[in-house]
Amino acid sequence: MCGVCGCGDGHQHSPKHSHILGLSPTRMVKIEQDIFAKNNHYAAENRRYFAERQMLVLNLVSSPGSGKTTLLTETIEQLKADTEMAVIEGDQQTSRDAERIRATGVPALQINTGKGCHLEAQRIGQALDTVQPKAQSVLFIENVGNLVCPSGFDLGEAHKVVILSVTEGEDKPIKYPDMFHAASLMLLNKIDLLPYLDFDVEQCLAYAKQVNPNIEVIQLSAKSGEGLEQWQAWIKAQLALQA
Amino acid sequence: MHELSLCESVLQVLEQQAQVENYQIVTAVYLEIGALSGVDPDAMRFCFDSVVQGSLAENARLEIIQIPGQAWCSACKDNVLVEQLYDLCPRCGTYPLQINNGDQMRIKQLEVA
Repeated sequence: MCGVCGCGDGHQHSPKHSHILGLSPTRMVKIEQDIFAKNNHYAAENRRYFAERQMLVLNLVSSPGSGKTTLLTETIEQLKADTEMAVIEGDQQTSRDAERIRATGVPALQINTGKGCHLEAQRIGQALDTVQPKAQSVLFIENVGNLVCPSGFDLGEAHKVVILSVTEGEDKPIKYPDMFHAASLMLLNKIDLLPYLDFDVEQCLAYAKQVNPNIEVIQLSAKSGEGLEQWQAWIKAQLALQA
Repeated sequence: MHELSLCESVLQVLEQQAQVENYQIVTAVYLEIGALSGVDPDAMRFCFDSVVQGSLAENARLEIIQIPGQAWCSACKDNVLVEQLYDLCPRCGTYPLQINNGDQMRIKQLEVA
């Protein structure tokens, strides 16, 4: 059979339509595969690992400079008396954040994503071998400071927690809707600075609810300590749900 | 701008499926991209061409099927079309809306040889 047109033997081809060695006719193949399928496969494996150990895993996402690491060190200091914790830090470069976490006495592993703009589930799975988190512990994954890319990559976490600081402007939720849509909880950070800013809290919360009707909000300040109790209560309630 | 890593994921799927579906080259890739998926079709095209160089899909055509965003409006009790995750209901002007289509990104089919 002709490999070009699929016709039977005994016919004439024009010079252009000749039998070309190795060229077979094209055909359509149905794939129907999600592009995130590979990442989602590893995320599901991570989720199974976390469930077996009754762990609470929170994927912390924000823009750079929202105060994630300071909030995390404060949170750890206040929870460490009665809660087992570990941290996976994602940054493009340096291990500065992991060093800040380790200073609290909690194990922390730094993942440098290099050129990558987000953490992927496979890297988290590999990191678990090193971190060896304890059963019924809380694992914080501090994602790369970026309000765009990490929204699409499931790491196997129970919740994405988006941190927005009041120095950033109240319209961030509608400027970066994917992230606020994907998050279960928004922490409005640095509220001790509100007297010095024109930040409209009500408008910010309205924007967040517009993008994600189910999003919960806690207003806090890692510096003054305001709201941290509510955030800790949220963590403990979520941890109890994993048992 | 994670379109580059998405294109790398697409290429991995093409390479895996080559054995399953028994093909040597891919001449076209049909991607479904939802309006609410956060993926920019132009950035996808740009990255695709550079990622497939030297692979079984070199010179493959990228066909992007754009899927409009759809959400359920609890006030109207009906599905409505939306362009952004933060859109209000185009019919009654309120929210909340629950997105139920147009946030996907998937490989629909391939043209192979």
